[in-house]
Amino acid sequence: MADTSDIKIDETVDITDVVCPVTFVKTKVALEEMDDGQVLSVHMNDGEPVQNVPRSVKEEGHQILKLIDNNDGTYDLLVRKVEDDE
Amino acid sequence: MPFTNDQLERYSRHIILKEIGVKGQKKLMNGSVLIIGAGGLGAPAALYLAAAGVGKIGIVDADVVDLSNLQRQVIHTTADVGRPKVESAAEKMKAINPDIEVKTYQEFLASDNIMDVIKDYDFVLDGTDNFPAKFLINDACVMADKPFSHAGILRFKGQLMTVIPHESPCYRCVFKEMPPKNAIPSCKEAGVVGAMAGVIGSLQALEAVKFLTGAGELLTGKLLTFDALTMSFHTVKLPPRGDGCAVCSDHPTITKLVDYEQVACDFDPKHPV
Repeated sequence: MADTSDIKIDETVDITDVVCPVTFVKTKVALEEMDDGQVLSVHMNDGEPVQNVPRSVKEEGHQILKLIDNNDGTYDLLVRKVEDDE
Repeated sequence: MPFTNDQLERYSRHIILKEIGVKGQKKLMNGSVLIIGAGGLGAPAALYLAAAGVGKIGIVDADVVDLSNLQRQVIHTTADVGRPKVESAAEKMKAINPDIEVKTYQEFLASDNIMDVIKDYDFVLDGTDNFPAKFLINDACVMADKPFSHAGILRFKGQLMTVIPHESPCYRCVFKEMPPKNAIPSCKEAGVVGAMAGVIGSLQALEAVKFLTGAGELLTGKLLTFDALTMSFHTVKLPPRGDGCAVCSDHPTITKLVDYEQVACDFDPKHPV
């Protein structure tokens, strides 16, 4: 396990079982159910999800904290939820 | 209630949109729309609203499918000729999206039954083809404070406006009275391009989606006109609501619903838009 001891993870979501665009959709759903400032860990496959999900999450205004390579073909993306103004 | 993986996939293109998202999709799923007329305008609207996952859709039409409907009423097929339109429409809507509830009303709406039908819905979509129905729907929606989308199409032209009663101008604020007999030809006499129904009916569906989700700005206080021959959309700003309006002003002179008579020569209920 990568070192995430400095960051408290509030929720996790596994998107290794789905493909684009449901990867981002599942991430977005998880984030919408969380409170402002909470941290989500997104477990994803290498390749397309790693290319696109962090970018899409960022475009929604959330803060990317860390992308951890698990060295097994998967990554964990740590995202801090930023509540939009609407 | 959380989404299933199937729902996430079905509605993924909505959920991705910032303006809709999870919350907006849930609003659609908890929302209800009444479509009056399963004809040219109602057909695309019913298909798109079913596909969008609007939780409950009511569809009103007394007629059966006629061969002459098929040029524009894309929810019905050749095999449906002779079947009740509401039955044919409901079947397609459920086939697109089994998650939704479709309620059918195989009847004409009139002053004695319209209030009872519209009360169960969040938003009403006027897809009728005649002035008595348009005035009836407007007056009923104003009296019941029910937001609705008005639309009309003829030949290569279409028009559209959304009414939030007692906030924005209503149909009667703009078109005070029934037009004189034979002043306006029916679609049967004048003709209409099939795709015009698709354009305007789809715009009505968009207004319903925006109303339910709260996305963007509604077409209130404005009348949109579309001319397909020049491919031009115009939006005309309307005067504020209620100023002397017989039904939506603060001192209305119309306080109960009226059933206007439609002259027989320009309205054949068997051949709606």
